[in-house]
Amino acid sequence: MAHVETSRAGNAHGSTKSYLIGLVLCALLTVVPFALVMNPVLSRPVTLFLLVGFAVAQILVQLVYFLHMDRKSEGGWNLASFVFTLVILFIVVALSIWIIWSMHYHMMIN
Amino acid sequence: MNLLTRPQLDSDVLVHDDHHAHDHAHEQGGMKVFGMWVYLMSDLVLFGSLFASYAVLSTAYAGGPTGKELFSLPFVMAETFILLVSSITYGQAVLAMHRLDKAAVLRWLGVTFVLGASFIGMELYEFSHLIHEGAGPSTSAYLSAFFALVATHGLHVASGLIWMAVVMHQVYRRGLTPTNITRVSCLSLFWHFLDLVWICVFTFVYLIGAF
Repeated sequence: MAHVETSRAGNAHGSTKSYLIGLVLCALLTVVPFALVMNPVLSRPVTLFLLVGFAVAQILVQLVYFLHMDRKSEGGWNLASFVFTLVILFIVVALSIWIIWSMHYHMMIN
Repeated sequence: MNLLTRPQLDSDVLVHDDHHAHDHAHEQGGMKVFGMWVYLMSDLVLFGSLFASYAVLSTAYAGGPTGKELFSLPFVMAETFILLVSSITYGQAVLAMHRLDKAAVLRWLGVTFVLGASFIGMELYEFSHLIHEGAGPSTSAYLSAFFALVATHGLHVASGLIWMAVVMHQVYRRGLTPTNITRVSCLSLFWHFLDLVWICVFTFVYLIGAF
């Protein structure tokens, strides 16, 4: 029985309480950005910055409370592969946008 | 020869060293769940490239409608909460699985399935509404990128639903065997991962598009 309870994912699997904390945090981190866009009170750059900030915060909350990711899970390989993927994502997303933006800029498309 | 001896060896291990065999099965289940995680990481790169093309094409309206004119934010917020709650209900299914409570696992998976199906229903309604308004994927490069990105996420949710129906059938028929526990755990990662991607979709596509 003890084997089953230590979880197939090789890490802790949370509790009803941790899921509820995650739900409340995610609900907050969802409602606030929607409210910021539906009733714009802040300037455009501040709002955009906050939107991205709230998204990153909610991703971290879900990784911790729902996916139970920490430095110990799968002997750190979960986290290592995730960080590696973030590097790839940075290369694919940020650098593509940069390249295309600078091409548009120099060719005066926009 | 091998075919004959190997099953015998396995049953030997089961009889004489149950503890060791259990550990071994656990290790293999853990490896499978980790393999699922690695697949999800590669899926993340797929979504990353779709997000990159969406960002590049996000102003290529070609005279067609913009996100600000098209999106209904309360509708998207409802979709977001349905997906969020379905993540929680799946979590309850996993907790029930660790209590080895088969009926509760099936119940929570059923609730998750209904929530996922309503998400897909809402998304299909939104797509048909957009196409009827003349904002189909062929209207502009912006809308092509929008449909490619959002529909890829929707397809993932839809395949998650098919997978969930299969897993529910397997749990119903065979109970919470080690194999089925591995299956429920893999689908759990997949399902939470889809909610993770949706956070980026509603922030970068809907909120920033409508702002």
